[in-house]
Amino acid sequence: MQNATGEIQKKSPFAVKDCALITIATGTKVQNLKEFAAALRDVPIGSIYHHFWGRLLRALFDEPEYNNDFASWASRGLHDKNLAEQLSMVIPTDYKDMEGLRQEMVEVVEQRLDESEFVPWAKADQQFHFLKSQIVIFDTGIRYEHPEELVPQISNMSTGSIYYHFIDARNRTDERYDDFSSWLNGFGNEFEELTRNLCAMDPYFSSLKEIRLNVSNIFQNFFTKEA
Amino acid sequence: MKKPNKQSLQKMMAEYEAATSPSVMHQLQQLAAPLKGARVLHINSTKEGGGVAEILHKLIPLKQALGIKADWEIITGNQEFYQCTKGFHNALQGMRQSIPEKLLQNYEKTNRENGERLNSKLKEADFVFIHDPQPAPLLKLTPDRKGKWIWRCHIDASKPYRNVWKYLREWIIPYDASIFSLPEFAQPLPHPQYIIPPSIDPLSEKNCPLPDYEIKNIFTEFGLDPQLPLITQVSRYDRFKDPVGVIEAFKLASKLTPLQLVLAGGGASDDPEGEIVLNEVKQASSGAANIHVLLLPADANRTINALQRASDIILQKSIREGFGLTVSEGMWKGKPVIGGDTGGIRLQVIDHYTGFLVRTPEGAALRTRYLLHRRDKLEEMGMRAKRFVRENFLITRHLREYLTLMLGLTNEDDDRIEVGNV
Repeated sequence: MQNATGEIQKKSPFAVKDCALITIATGTKVQNLKEFAAALRDVPIGSIYHHFWGRLLRALFDEPEYNNDFASWASRGLHDKNLAEQLSMVIPTDYKDMEGLRQEMVEVVEQRLDESEFVPWAKADQQFHFLKSQIVIFDTGIRYEHPEELVPQISNMSTGSIYYHFIDARNRTDERYDDFSSWLNGFGNEFEELTRNLCAMDPYFSSLKEIRLNVSNIFQNFFTKEA
Repeated sequence: MKKPNKQSLQKMMAEYEAATSPSVMHQLQQLAAPLKGARVLHINSTKEGGGVAEILHKLIPLKQALGIKADWEIITGNQEFYQCTKGFHNALQGMRQSIPEKLLQNYEKTNRENGERLNSKLKEADFVFIHDPQPAPLLKLTPDRKGKWIWRCHIDASKPYRNVWKYLREWIIPYDASIFSLPEFAQPLPHPQYIIPPSIDPLSEKNCPLPDYEIKNIFTEFGLDPQLPLITQVSRYDRFKDPVGVIEAFKLASKLTPLQLVLAGGGASDDPEGEIVLNEVKQASSGAANIHVLLLPADANRTINALQRASDIILQKSIREGFGLTVSEGMWKGKPVIGGDTGGIRLQVIDHYTGFLVRTPEGAALRTRYLLHRRDKLEEMGMRAKRFVRENFLITRHLREYLTLMLGLTNEDDDRIEVGNV
């Protein structure tokens, strides 16, 4: 089991990292679906990442209707609900890497263009601005030797830590697991149920605070049951 | 700026920890660790009035508390200088402006003089944040600079008047980065453009909790009727804030729903047009009952705080808006906001959740009537609004993004930056 820096994590302590994200404009903006398809092919891959995941660290209202920025724009900017629904169901972890995800997005958009009698467009003040982000990762210095030690601590973790270990991990590890699950796997079968519960969590419609609460509850329930 | 002592900085950090959470403050400390000792200089054109000065008053001591050598200087100029920079401000917000050559020459001369005065600080700083167009030429006037220079644009520059932008752009191009409040405001520039919305300070006099008696006193102080619903717009007297549109909205709404309106504003020392607009407002409100036009001094922060808390609804019916700090201020006090559907207001007012976005005085009147009629919705939106600000628009988030930017700028080409013992 490896983390981002390639360290072996098996039975090594769980190292709590934290991160902060800063948004950068790519300078690419589009107003209709054709421009959108072309831009999707060309924007830096970090922009695809940002619009799928970076949104979790931005101002976001509790109940987003769609789970990525592309789908939200299809709905609010283009008023194309069909496309919004289709883009919403593109699941990043289904693809080997972000390039695979990009290709799928392009496919979905082109398919929609083929079906359309005219090119869907947005008003001038509803253009889609492609953004990307820089992520700064730092070590909190906090280490946990045993999964049970995490139980009272998860609820105190920053949302940056939750983002790094639960969201970012899915894009940086080959297994596409969150860091908690990767670490638990290093203990053999002992925490299989806990890992299964973590992996079953759908993070797409939750804020980071909700994810933190859910992860905390999953740990809590597992160890309460064990006791 | 007077440097606070170590003890008062620690006390301040403890207060922010209480207002946010230990994890928020711990994260700031860790992000700031690699920047300890860095000399960071902020430059704008006023220490009083307006959102920029308000933010800097708190951002600087917070950076200092984290071990960063932060400093704040202002540039000063004559009346012609402010006339010119007000023209820039209006032009960046899309108004056609013809700025005479004489004013441009004075603008450059003023910057040269300020550049000479501040030269040693400018050239020694590791990071220089230049706020808005007023001090923009300072970079070119500091050829022996060694740090990273960042131009921070607080204005809605989504559709700038091209002739003026063409002139300003030449000063901005050589910067290492620029910051805009929203992606829509970013302009084609040959350097990274960071997106950082502004913030409010939960501990400032304008936003701290107030005792009930202080809120109630507002009614006596300004001759308000405690029995009538109160709607309030707090902002400078500026046409882009559409105070006349607010009066129109009030007149429409009050035909069916008894209520009172407060328009509360002060002047910023770098805004020469304030008085003209104030006169327009007085004219529009003359003869109408229950409209209170207040001209408040720059330090009337507790009064504004009390007015917002005493209000049922906060209005910010701007037609262009960089961000609109008064929106977050109102939301922080648990009030729904009826805001203009423009610029940074869209980031704060989530339509039908934390308030309403409107495009016309009629829209503002309609939503005012609705909220006063549906008190349950008013309360619900107010609660959501407060939560939304706590999570997104407090100064601690703003500071975190500034620190991240500084770390990012020193690792320009990397999307992922690892600091410390990662």
